[in-house]
Amino acid sequence: MHMADALVSPAVGGAFWVVSGTALAASCRSARRSPDGLGVPLTGVLGAFIFALQMLNFAIPGTGSSGHLVGSLLLGILLGPHAAFLTITSVLVVQSLFFADGGLLALGCNIFNMGFLPIFVAYPCLYRPLAGAGGPGRRTAATLAAAAGGMLLGALAVALETRLSGLSALPLRTFLLALLPIHLVIGLAEGAATAGILRFFRRARPELLERAPGGRTSWRAVTLVGMLAVFTGGCLSWGASRYPDGLEWAVARVAGAGAPARPAKADVPARPAGADVQARPAGAEVPARPAGADVPARPAGPGAPEGALHQRLEAVQRTTALLPDYALPGRDGTPEPSRAGTSLSGLVGGALTLLLVAGVALALKFRRRTA
Amino acid sequence: MGGTADPFLELATLDALAGGRSAIHRLEPRAKVVTVAAFAVLVASFGRYDVARLLPFALFPAVLVTLSDTPARYLLKRVLAALPFVLFVGILNPFLDRAPALAVGGLTLSGGWLSFASILLRFALTVSTALTLMATTRFDEVCLALERLGLPRVFTLQLSFLYRYAFVLFAEAQRMLQAYRLRAFGRRISLGQFGAMAAQLLLRTWDRAVRIHRAMVARGFTGRFQPPAARAWGLSDTLFTAGWLAAFATLRWVDLPRLLGGLAWGGPG
Repeated sequence: MHMADALVSPAVGGAFWVVSGTALAASCRSARRSPDGLGVPLTGVLGAFIFALQMLNFAIPGTGSSGHLVGSLLLGILLGPHAAFLTITSVLVVQSLFFADGGLLALGCNIFNMGFLPIFVAYPCLYRPLAGAGGPGRRTAATLAAAAGGMLLGALAVALETRLSGLSALPLRTFLLALLPIHLVIGLAEGAATAGILRFFRRARPELLERAPGGRTSWRAVTLVGMLAVFTGGCLSWGASRYPDGLEWAVARVAGAGAPARPAKADVPARPAGADVQARPAGAEVPARPAGADVPARPAGPGAPEGALHQRLEAVQRTTALLPDYALPGRDGTPEPSRAGTSLSGLVGGALTLLLVAGVALALKFRRRTA
Repeated sequence: MGGTADPFLELATLDALAGGRSAIHRLEPRAKVVTVAAFAVLVASFGRYDVARLLPFALFPAVLVTLSDTPARYLLKRVLAALPFVLFVGILNPFLDRAPALAVGGLTLSGGWLSFASILLRFALTVSTALTLMATTRFDEVCLALERLGLPRVFTLQLSFLYRYAFVLFAEAQRMLQAYRLRAFGRRISLGQFGAMAAQLLLRTWDRAVRIHRAMVARGFTGRFQPPAARAWGLSDTLFTAGWLAAFATLRWVDLPRLLGGLAWGGPG
């Protein structure tokens, strides 16, 4: 369930970088303060352990497939939330750098989905109260519940982030219907595996689990921080995606009334107008946009077929498509016949650009050979 | 982990590549980290239907790969291995977004195909660039760069520990797996067995951590590594960073493919 860079917009990626970064900073502070224990040597080696676990794929009962552990809940129970968050973050960083699992921009989202939610929400809100001081059976039940809960929250977050980014804007409901059931199964498998590991571990070294943070963490405070972060993240990315393309917006504003500087040729919106509207929640946007940002850039010519055709297309898409909202080009651009003529020069330009890139690379290679 | 058959091997390959001595390898790690991060953000900042405008950005990974002698075929293989998830999400677009968006001659392309192409292109650009970064920079140098860029030392220390012991524990897990396979005659690991094996590995890991900690304390570890003679920031680093950032900014503002197309076609440029 790693999000990829290709599916994240800068606004959403940035917002979750801020949220995850804040949580990481807090975890680092608390890790520095902790006087007891082994500190980074332990968490570092445990991070490597989570990595190594990925080689041990287990069969998920009832399905033909196999899975491996994410490990956030296991780390939370072993180390307590702060050290666990530090560890799982480092695992995700290495995964994104070396294995192209997720990307740099999506890293904030991934840390939030797979680290923050299970560790700072599912662990204190589900595992701790459910497990209490109970016996093995109760602990197992709590582990299952927390693992499944954390996984479902993560899947929910993936769907929200993808939707807000608007690159593959599956409608939320469809996406959730696809994601949640499978992640419930994965979560239960993760819980069962975690409970299994802990049972053996407890039998061998009960003292190490006693040593794990007992009643010290105030889970109410942690929950509060968690909720706050979710809220902030949500607001930030919602607000940000109203101006989906910060750069575009800034450029337009710098150009100011000088949008005429962009010649008002028919092909100016080389991107369908939809690109400007990317993922903007319907309604409430018009007054918020800077005047002259994209209005002059819109061609006057092809505006004619808007209205009726536009509405009919939209209606057709509503009924036929799984993803009604996705039909953004129809929203205020509709098919732009005028662009057909100029797109050929666009293609030629694209090809020339590729040739240029290849040429530079070849020239460099040649120079290095001869040098 | 998307299609990575043997993470141990992949880590080891990149680690070996990072030991090279090309001009790119010799750059200050901070210069590379900052440039690659800026690259990722700018590539992501394009609209969802932009395809042509992303093409010039291929220059960056192309130049890095060429100058650093990173085997392009290896990179390609890794990019393809990571593809399935993005492919799965993106392939729906052409079926769902059928509004015609581009017509070339008699052929009409729908918006869905455009956005699908855009997603694939972004994916190829960001993934190949990140992998090239790791293939040209040793990971301890990346950690040092992150620390110098302001990340908490606890975290960079955590990263270097994780990386160092990933190799050790991969080997350990591989031994366990081999032992299991020898006795299991091709049966997959059941959930119960997984618990036992993983707990065993966890126990060994924990004991190892205790030993490591003691050994480090005995050698006077105070919470930070002595950086291996930190590399000085030189003129070439400034040129590299400033040059590429300027190039990215230019390509973000100027539609190079259309300019070129206009020049060649004589159409509206």
